[in-house]
Amino acid sequence: MTRKDSVIKTEKLTKRFGDFIATDEITFEVLKGEIFGFLGANGAGKTTAMRMLCGLSTPSSGKATVAGFDVYRQTEQIKQHIGYMSQKFSLYEDLTVLENIRFFGGIYGLDNRQLKSKSEELVQRLGLQSETKKLVGELPLGWKQKLAFSVSVLHEPKIVFLDEPTGGVDPVTRRQFWALIYEAASRGITLFVTTHYMDEAEYCDRISIMVDGRIEALGTPQELKIKLNESTMDGVFYQLARGAKRSD
Amino acid sequence: MRTIKFLLQKEFRQIFRNRAILILIMVMPVMQLIILPLAADYEVKNINLSVVDHDHSPYSQQLISKITASGYFRLQGYHTSIEEAYRSIEQDKADLALEIPYGFERNLIREGEQQLFIAVNAINGTKAGLGGAYLADIIRDYNQHIRTELTIPTRFQSLPIIEIVPNNRFNPLLNYQFFMVPGILAILLTMVGGFLSALNIVKEKEIGTIEQINVTPIKKHHFILGKLIPFWILGNVVFTLGLLVSWLVYGIFPQGNLLAMYGFIWVYLLAVLGFGLLISTYTDTQQQAMFIMFFFMMIFILMGGLFTPINSMPGWAKVIANLNPVSYLVEVMRMIILKGSGWRAVLPHLGAILGFALVLNSWAIWNYRKTN
Repeated sequence: MTRKDSVIKTEKLTKRFGDFIATDEITFEVLKGEIFGFLGANGAGKTTAMRMLCGLSTPSSGKATVAGFDVYRQTEQIKQHIGYMSQKFSLYEDLTVLENIRFFGGIYGLDNRQLKSKSEELVQRLGLQSETKKLVGELPLGWKQKLAFSVSVLHEPKIVFLDEPTGGVDPVTRRQFWALIYEAASRGITLFVTTHYMDEAEYCDRISIMVDGRIEALGTPQELKIKLNESTMDGVFYQLARGAKRSD
Repeated sequence: MRTIKFLLQKEFRQIFRNRAILILIMVMPVMQLIILPLAADYEVKNINLSVVDHDHSPYSQQLISKITASGYFRLQGYHTSIEEAYRSIEQDKADLALEIPYGFERNLIREGEQQLFIAVNAINGTKAGLGGAYLADIIRDYNQHIRTELTIPTRFQSLPIIEIVPNNRFNPLLNYQFFMVPGILAILLTMVGGFLSALNIVKEKEIGTIEQINVTPIKKHHFILGKLIPFWILGNVVFTLGLLVSWLVYGIFPQGNLLAMYGFIWVYLLAVLGFGLLISTYTDTQQQAMFIMFFFMMIFILMGGLFTPINSMPGWAKVIANLNPVSYLVEVMRMIILKGSGWRAVLPHLGAILGFALVLNSWAIWNYRKTN
C-alpha cells in the first residue's frame, strides 16, 4: 500500500492533562476503506485519542492528519469529512426518528432532495418504516445504536469514528450492526472502531492495542496472534493488557 | 442560513414537545404578576399599637379613635404603665407604644402645650419608620384640629401655617401598583430569559448531544443564534402576556410609545439571553448553571432599583447597578409605562443595553469551544 492511501496518519500524538499523560506518543496509520479496530483496556486513552482525531480536543504535542487535514489548524475541515458516534447515545431522544435524520443531514448541508432520498433509504435499510414518527427515546437500545450509526454516515464521510458502538447491545443486534459496518466499508468509507468485544476485533482488517496511553501492538488479528503465540484474540489482549497500571 | 433553519426547527420542536416547561414559561409569569403586586406593597398597614392612657379624658379618647380610624393601626391593647407597654413590644405583640400623660386635656387647654411619648419597635426598620411617621402625622393633624376648635377665629390668623399640597405627577394617587407592576414584569422577563438560555446548552452538555453537534462542521455563531432566536421569541410572548395582564388586571397601559417599549425589549432580551448563554459555556451541569444564575439574579433583582432607589445607594453599589441590565429595564419600563416617554428619552438606556448585548453574546460565542 502506498502512502497516499492513508486517511489517518499520526506521529507521536500526545495529550496531557496536567501531569497525566492520557495518550503517549502514539504513531499509526489508517488506510482508506479499512476497518481499523482501536483496542485497549478502560482508561488506556482510546477515547482521548479518538477525540483528538475528530477535532474535539487539541493535542498537546505530536502530529496528525485526518482526511488530509491537520488536527491543530483544520479541525472544521476535518469535521466536514468525518462521522462520529460517541460512547454516550447522542441523537435527540425528544425528536422522532425522521426528525433526527433530517436535522443531522441538514446541518451537514444535504439539500432537500438528498435529505428525502437518504432518509427513505436509511429507514428502509434499518426496517424502521413503521417507527419514523416515534420519538427516538422510545426505541430499544439496539435500534438506537443502528440509527445513530446510520445517521453518522448520512453525509457520506470519508472516515467514521465509532466509540464502543455496541456496548450493552445483544449479540443478534451486534451482528446486524457489523453488517452495517461492512456495508459502509464496501462503499469506501474508512471505519475507526473501539470495542471491548474480542469477536468484534476479529472482524477488523487491522487492530491496534493500547496500554497505558501507548500503542503496544499493531497489525492484522492473525499477525498479532502469531506474534504473541496465542490462539485467540482474548489471549492476545490479556497478555498485553494485564500489565496495565491504570484503569477506571 | 439553511443551517439556522434546521437548528430553529429542532429547538422549536423540542420546546413545544416539552409541554410542562412550556406551560411553566407561560403560566408562571402571569400568575406571579397577578399575585406578587398584591403583596409587594410599600404601604405599611396593620401596625400594632399599645396605648397607655393616663388621662382618660374625652381628648385622649378622641386622639386614640382618630388613630385607629386611620386604617393603618390596629389597637393591640390598653396598658396601665409604659413598662407594661414595653413588655408587649418585647414580646413582639406591639410595634408602637403611645403614652398619653396624666393631665393631657387640661394642659392642652390651659397651657396650650402638651407632650406625648411614642416608643417604636425598630426590629423591622421599615415598619417602625413608617409607623412612627404615620403616627406623628395623625397627631399633627389632630393638633391642627383642636387648635381651630379652641382659638376664636379672627380675621387675621395669628399663627402662620404653611401647608404643603403635593402634586404627584405621573401617578396622582400614589398607587404603588403602578410602580411595582412594571418592575415585577421586568424581573420576570429577566428570570425567564436568563434561566431558559443558561440551562439549555448545559442540558445538551449533560445528555451528550453537544458532542455530536461539535463534531459537525456547524459554525459557532450559527449554533448560538439557533439557541438565541427561539428564546427571544418566547421572551416576547412572555412580555406581551405580561403587558396584557397589567392592562386587564391593574389597568396599567403604557402611556408612552409602545414601539419604543418593544424596541427596547428586543435588545434587552438579546442581552439577557446572551448572559444565559455565556454562563452555559462556563458550566458543565445544569446544577452549576442554576446556582450561578441564582447568584447573579439575586444581585440583579436587589440592585436593580425595583425595591430600593439606586440614587440612595453608596457609590460602589451605584457602579454595580450601572452594570446591571435589570436597572435599565426597570427604569425604561417606568419611563414609558408611567411617564409616557418616547424614543428620545430611552436612547441612552438603549445604547447601554445594546452594549451589554454585543459584549455578552460575543463573549459567549468566543468562549463556546467546539474543540477543547
